[in-house]
Amino acid sequence: MTQLHWLPEDPNWRSRLRALRSAGAADPQAAWVEGMALANLRIDFVRSNALDETMRAIFGAMPPKGTGTKAVRLALLGSCTMAHLHGAIRVAGLRRGIWIDIYENNFGQYWQELADSNSDLHAFKPNVVLLALDAHHLAAGLSANFEQEDGDAAVEEQINRIRECWRLAREAFKCPVIHQTAIQVHPDLMGNNEARLPGSAARVVTAINQQLRPLATQDGVDLLAMDARAARDGLAAWFDVGLWHRAKQEISPAAAPMFGDMLGRILGALQGRSFKFLVLDLDNTLWGGVIGDDGMDGIVLGQGSPLGEGYAAFQNYARDLSRRGVILAVCSKNDEANAVEPFESHPEMVLKRGDIACFVANWTDKATNIRSIAAELNIGLDALVFVDDNPVERALIRQELPMVAVPEVTDDPITYLRAVSDAGYFESLAITDEDRARTAQYQGRRAAEALRASSTDMDAYLRGLEMVMVTRRFDTVGLQRTVQLINKTNQFNLTTRRYTEEDVVGVMQSNRAFGLQLRLIDRFVDNGIIAICIGKMVDDGENAGEDLLIDTWLMSCRVLGRQVEPTTLNLIAAQAQKLGAKRLIGEYLPTKKNGMVKDHYARLGFEVVEKHEDGSSRAVLDLTSFTPAPTFIQIQEG
Amino acid sequence: MNEPEIYAGLQDIFADVFMRDDLQLTPVLSAKDVAGWDSFKQIEIVIAAEERFNMKFHTRELDRLQNVGDLVAVIAEKAK
Repeated sequence: MTQLHWLPEDPNWRSRLRALRSAGAADPQAAWVEGMALANLRIDFVRSNALDETMRAIFGAMPPKGTGTKAVRLALLGSCTMAHLHGAIRVAGLRRGIWIDIYENNFGQYWQELADSNSDLHAFKPNVVLLALDAHHLAAGLSANFEQEDGDAAVEEQINRIRECWRLAREAFKCPVIHQTAIQVHPDLMGNNEARLPGSAARVVTAINQQLRPLATQDGVDLLAMDARAARDGLAAWFDVGLWHRAKQEISPAAAPMFGDMLGRILGALQGRSFKFLVLDLDNTLWGGVIGDDGMDGIVLGQGSPLGEGYAAFQNYARDLSRRGVILAVCSKNDEANAVEPFESHPEMVLKRGDIACFVANWTDKATNIRSIAAELNIGLDALVFVDDNPVERALIRQELPMVAVPEVTDDPITYLRAVSDAGYFESLAITDEDRARTAQYQGRRAAEALRASSTDMDAYLRGLEMVMVTRRFDTVGLQRTVQLINKTNQFNLTTRRYTEEDVVGVMQSNRAFGLQLRLIDRFVDNGIIAICIGKMVDDGENAGEDLLIDTWLMSCRVLGRQVEPTTLNLIAAQAQKLGAKRLIGEYLPTKKNGMVKDHYARLGFEVVEKHEDGSSRAVLDLTSFTPAPTFIQIQEG
Repeated sequence: MNEPEIYAGLQDIFADVFMRDDLQLTPVLSAKDVAGWDSFKQIEIVIAAEERFNMKFHTRELDRLQNVGDLVAVIAEKAK
């Protein structure tokens, strides 16, 4: 299935597109928002292209301002035609609020263009590269009468060539490289035991796909696993042999929206823009029936009925997601005692109360409740996916909270699992220990909140937390988490500068800059890395060599009110003094979301020296007279 | 499926492919009459028609297509 079946339909889609087109660029902000909304409805390849053409007519070659995301310059390096996929790729970016510019190599010239620094590809300066070599290309030169060694040599040659492409791309552009695995399109020559024929194209392509997987991890390349996707959907959904002969399109235009979305998920994940939280309704979502009416004996769940097994399978999927770092929450219209009971004592429940980081069951409307879940977990609403069987509730959330993802489902529980998995909301490129530990952290935090509720004396509370801040310079071990935080943190973020892995490595290597990753451990929980700072010496202008600019200062909101800010300032000041700085320069660059840190530097004793009309400001702290503020956080060098 | 039904379905497809609501489909309408009707759009139209009418065109059938009338005839023939 290559339809975007988890997105809702809108019968007025076409007229909305026409209205968007005729409104044009009169209000670019509104046009971008409406374009995003249209991209988040169920559209086929024709409508995907129509939306893309409309957006390009409105915005031309310039991304609109204030998208809050990093514009992507994507180089498609392929061996066959991909021009018919550009529109769907750009629309998949739009679906995530990301502007994408695309360059595709001249037909068949990917290798030459990579190697030639005067090529159009190099002039384009991509910040993401996709290498897409099709199965026919990989199988060129094979013969069915090859001996084993010839067949193996062919596999090895292709793999070496591919890795050389990865290396060239990385060296030239210092940017993420994505490799598209080849769709298995060749017919069998032997049959079930095709792998025994050394020169079989089907065998060679399969072998290349398999052998590339660990090498991609080793080389730091992310995969776009088209082979696995086509195996799920069936080859016919992706590859139209007639179209291959007619137009050398390996991926059928009909599958373009799904292709674009799969690539879009990776582009989103590279910017830390995957969803992180799964919010679940209860009645007729996690079990069949209504717990308040039907009771523990009456709800349908687990072994004994096909429907009950469907609900259990969905619970199982949710639990597996939580075990790899997705946080679960419950949002249900119920009396809390009724809602909790199955979690505590129904024998067929897969999910237990302890799997749920935030449990909200009451009679308030769900939009309000989802807002309070986000507030309690200290997260942005745009990190939430909400699953509810009730179309009225889904419509309410889509209208009230358009940034929350609400997959379209039927009343059959098997569609919940399929919608959540096919939508790829939780796309992840790597599993970090942080991901694994996160659920435990959220539970530990509840204990800390309970302590706060019980202690009225703030100092006693803070002392009782027994906090330790582990401070480390940026390093390769923490690189992924650092990049994730830099690209995902919106609220407590002074400058909202987004950086890639390569940028962060640049800070690591500079001797005129420092990057700090700060971990906070308290009596209840290891909160993980909760703050990132980048300082850069100012080496030109009148105070050259004396000023240190705090280029980036961001913090996870979940540790607000813990004295992390003054403790962090002490660390920044110490690092700056090591570099010979006499003053710290703090900047505030306003966005829609970071109003909470508007007065951050003033609160820390900086003198605000510039205030601009756009809300930005600049503040200075004299390090020669600075004394570190005492806090209840103990510092430990990591 | 009769001809008016086929024309109505195609009218819908053309409205999205060319983003025009004023395009009146006639049997003699062809690529030279519509701005932007290139080989890419031709493939879009054909695949959208395959999905809409739930059928698959053969290579020879596609090679024969010169105008809207040809497309309608192929669809009508396959729908029998």
